[in-house]
Amino acid sequence: MSAHPADAAIPHTVEPHPITGIPNGKFGIWLFLASEVMLFGALFSSYVLIRTQAAHWPPEGGLSSEILNVPLATLNTAVLITSSITMVLAWASCKLGRLDRFRLWMGSTIALSFVFLVIKYFEYTHKFHDGHFPSTNNFYAIYFTMTGLHGLHVIGGIVVNTFLLTAGTWLWKVDREHFTNRVENAGLYWHFVDLVWIFLFPSLYLL
Amino acid sequence: MAETADHSSAEEFKKHLGKYYVVFVALLCLTAVTVGVSYLKLNRPLAIAVALVIASVKAGLVAGVFMHLISEKKVIYAVLILTAAFFLLVLLLPSLTIFESVAA
Repeated sequence: MSAHPADAAIPHTVEPHPITGIPNGKFGIWLFLASEVMLFGALFSSYVLIRTQAAHWPPEGGLSSEILNVPLATLNTAVLITSSITMVLAWASCKLGRLDRFRLWMGSTIALSFVFLVIKYFEYTHKFHDGHFPSTNNFYAIYFTMTGLHGLHVIGGIVVNTFLLTAGTWLWKVDREHFTNRVENAGLYWHFVDLVWIFLFPSLYLL
Repeated sequence: MAETADHSSAEEFKKHLGKYYVVFVALLCLTAVTVGVSYLKLNRPLAIAVALVIASVKAGLVAGVFMHLISEKKVIYAVLILTAAFFLLVLLLPSLTIFESVAA
């Protein structure tokens, strides 16, 4: 028995499954994203409930946009949107058979993910410095929980994307289409992380 | 689209790349619009409506084009319709319960 990972034949990594019409990996990632919708959905639901029941929001008075840093969050929105298109281009490069371009775009995606986290770090430390913690009130509890969970997802994306950029590229040499599908699936996850932020940004910072 | 492109149609595939840039620029513009509108200090229901509409358009662009949802297989639509139904349930149910108890 050969020890090479490519010999361990997992069915339908490239050719579509006869029932679903798509490769299993893609079906799997969409089911995972469905569960992610419920995870963030429950938090959004809690947010709506807590906020509609509050006498004032934020409880300390003023507006969310005055308490949170809108310019930094706007910049972070742009960073995340940019990382989404670099992710698409990384996948497209695989489709076009260009591993060098893939490395460039995937590297950019990971770099932008770190930029997002660094900006988030500045936001957090500024809040901590001013004595605002998740335990301060419901506003900060919601803010830290939702952006924190989103931040964990960004870190998860960095881990997967870094694997695909480094050790994971062995698959490119063995089965290009399979590798391309992995990049596509990582991309689906990454765009979802962008999508969550698209709703988090206005509902936490602007409204 | 992902399924139709193969090595022989690389040129054909390249032509599709333009739309990703269009969506990218549209997303940046819509971000600027949503931040700009927030400075207008609209009344709350209108502000919420405008922000949610813009966010939904942005989400639609990301899901439709970046995630290729415009041309996906039926099984994924089925999963997403179920997800949307349960999402609405989890989103609305707690609030509806509160409103009912207030009314009663």
